[in-house]
Amino acid sequence: MLPVHILPELGQVTLILALLVAVSQAAMPLAGAQRGRDSWMAIARPAAYLQLVLVALAFAILTHAFVVQDFSLRYVATNSNSLLPMQYRFSAVWGAHEGSLLLWALILATWTGLVARFSQRLPAAVISRVLGVMGLVSVGFLSFLIFTSNPFARLLPAAAEGRDVNPLLQDPGLIIHPPMLYIGYVGFVVPFAFAIAALLDGRVDARWLRWTRPWTNIAWGFLTLGIALGSWWAYYELGWGGWWFWDPVENASFMPWLAGAALLHSQAVTEKRGSFRAWTLLLAIATFSLSLLGTFLVRSGVLTSVHAFASDPARGLFILIFLGLVIGGSLLLYALRAPGTDGDAASAGTPFVAASRETLLLANNLLLVAACGMVLLGTLYPLLADALGLGKISVGPPYFALLFVLLMAPLVLLLPFGPLTRWQREQISRPLAMLLPWAGLALGIGIAAFFLAPYGRWKVAAGLVGAAWIVAGTLRFVWTRFSASGNRFTAEMLGMTLAHTGVAVFLVGALLVEGLAQQRELALRPGQAVELGRYVFRLEGVERLQGPNYIADRGSVRVLRDDAPLTTLHPERRSYASGGQVMTEAGIAPGINRDLYVALGEPLGGGAWAVRVHIKPFVRWIWAGALLMALGGFVTAGDRRFRTARNRVAADSELEPASGFNVDDLQPEVVRR
Amino acid sequence: MTLGRWLPLVIFAALALLLAAGVWLSRNPNREALPSPLIGKPAPAFSLPVLHESGRLVSSAELRGAPYLLNVWGSWCPECRVEHPVLTRFAETKRLRVIGYNLKDERVDALRWLEQFGNPYWLVLVDYEGKQGIDWGIYGAPETFLVDGGGVVRWKHVGPLSDAIIRDQLLPQLTALDGRQ
Repeated sequence: MLPVHILPELGQVTLILALLVAVSQAAMPLAGAQRGRDSWMAIARPAAYLQLVLVALAFAILTHAFVVQDFSLRYVATNSNSLLPMQYRFSAVWGAHEGSLLLWALILATWTGLVARFSQRLPAAVISRVLGVMGLVSVGFLSFLIFTSNPFARLLPAAAEGRDVNPLLQDPGLIIHPPMLYIGYVGFVVPFAFAIAALLDGRVDARWLRWTRPWTNIAWGFLTLGIALGSWWAYYELGWGGWWFWDPVENASFMPWLAGAALLHSQAVTEKRGSFRAWTLLLAIATFSLSLLGTFLVRSGVLTSVHAFASDPARGLFILIFLGLVIGGSLLLYALRAPGTDGDAASAGTPFVAASRETLLLANNLLLVAACGMVLLGTLYPLLADALGLGKISVGPPYFALLFVLLMAPLVLLLPFGPLTRWQREQISRPLAMLLPWAGLALGIGIAAFFLAPYGRWKVAAGLVGAAWIVAGTLRFVWTRFSASGNRFTAEMLGMTLAHTGVAVFLVGALLVEGLAQQRELALRPGQAVELGRYVFRLEGVERLQGPNYIADRGSVRVLRDDAPLTTLHPERRSYASGGQVMTEAGIAPGINRDLYVALGEPLGGGAWAVRVHIKPFVRWIWAGALLMALGGFVTAGDRRFRTARNRVAADSELEPASGFNVDDLQPEVVRR
Repeated sequence: MTLGRWLPLVIFAALALLLAAGVWLSRNPNREALPSPLIGKPAPAFSLPVLHESGRLVSSAELRGAPYLLNVWGSWCPECRVEHPVLTRFAETKRLRVIGYNLKDERVDALRWLEQFGNPYWLVLVDYEGKQGIDWGIYGAPETFLVDGGGVVRWKHVGPLSDAIIRDQLLPQLTALDGRQ
């Protein structure tokens, strides 16, 4: 039995071993695939598994150090203290830069292990290249950890007491937010690795593309969950009642989400029709690159934000070089090897005319990519202005909100047409005729809402028109599938329906809460009340409360609706022992059609407290919509076709790619007759 | 067409250049700590509205007679949140008047920010457009100026205050001021 106090050194050694394994996982299989040496390629899988074991061990050792509070580790001493409750000791592991980077490496190793496990039927050369590329990425992250951000660095003599984990992060929502987000971010490494493998190989095989589609969908689903969790957390924890702030770090996660959404759709086109091959490869590279860029922006200290990790120029430089190698290298490879420029029919896919589903999906892609570029520009513009000496400029929510709405409105308009329009060639009048009554219904709902809404009528009407239009159009598609006998309704279609409905639900939440939210801010003495809409909020009192590592003022606010008691809310204002930072915990009465939200401000003297009261209609729909979108991603990934496709790869592995397309699973059969 | 394939790489190269500039700028933490040309000179004359009392204007002449600390902040400024507990601790020592200089902010947001995190300021002045801030040479927030009783700028700090900066720089300045008077 090893003495426990040398565990951190063991963790250090484990990380170094993992780096060495990653180097061999990258070098040998890539070289082997290039030269056709089976024995070199055979290293890929065992190396992937071994790396997973080593990184998991390092992670377990760091977690152990947090649980037993080994303050002789600098990272533990800076990011926890003895008052920290047990559940936050686990989440404190990824509460700051070093540990979250280790979590990133662990998730990367896990994805690699899963790819190794579930790729048994892919040709050896393909999987060797894929695992090799993932190994390269891993080399970058593990060296980043070991050389600039070692979580096992000692602090000798050991500190008697640790500092605290940032109070912002001491929250159940934040325990699972980073893992979800990272699973999403890192998951995009799979399509990326396949894109690089395809470029190295010199051909894009639709069967391998089909194999990557579920991975992209799952990664995107997790990223959606991660972003939604972050937004939900900001809503109840920051005490502002807002749910999205266009903060640089939020933008950093939103960019890969937008690119990933474009990638999902373009992969479907390439897999089914063979079109857009080069574009799909480029998007796969771009999506993962944006994930890396997000990491860079958050950790380099180049941009300032509420979320920023402690910055260090050496780290910034390291990630920048890593970014340059990975992204620059990939794009160089793309420029040299991308398909589609030789004009040969095989790489162009099935031809299509302007009125076709391909065109609609292309429009979808362009709009999503434009939105992504807009967010990128807005996020980096302050940096650009600074670098050019134009002074310090901040780009605010008005810029993002306006441009985002302008770009997303046509997307909403076109969305119901997508599933109903035929591949290749379509008569525009056909889907138009199918959707016209539903457009009328949506407009009718919008007009009614416009005249019924007490205020914010434009936003309310726009939200309801958009949502009704998407739901009706999507249901029209479902009905088309079910009305003709013998039609299959695949998991892929179900996933698409769920995700598109999610967009509608999100629209209702986002625009109704923007249009109809009510708020009052005022000073209340115990016993005094404020009336807002049908509700009366009465401050009963404020008491002092001792938490495990904070002191809180806890208000009791009695809520009455139409003079009948409804509930009592307990907003808190916490002052953490270690840093003196004040955190608000809003008191929220959740509901499907509205949230009641009370935040406690500072004491104003004379027993009065600043109190902020919100009514947030339909705010939950924002996150419900995101949940539906994520679920759509997961359900799609479970489509049987992707599994049987693997069998087919095994059977047909000698087939040329041009004949490998599965023609048109999504086309409504009723139309074909 | 072949040009099109190189386009992503070109865009990325431009982006990488920008990020490199960002890293280079952040390498040098003192990039903004240029000695203010104001130090040792009279503070610019101003007349600014007061956040908590609409309609009231306060001029630089009214503040003469005792030293004050002018702290530039805005509710839009994340680093001001970092600085806030430090400034609050310092203000509670009552060494001198701490005056807030609310820069390019919405009144409602500024009031809400103070209400949420607490108000350490003796008085908050509002510079909605940031025009008078130009006379002070204010780049952004947070920035802090020490002005003595005669209206002369004695010290300036760019970026968030920390306990160490207050202990090592501001307090010696204050001691020197006390000696002078």
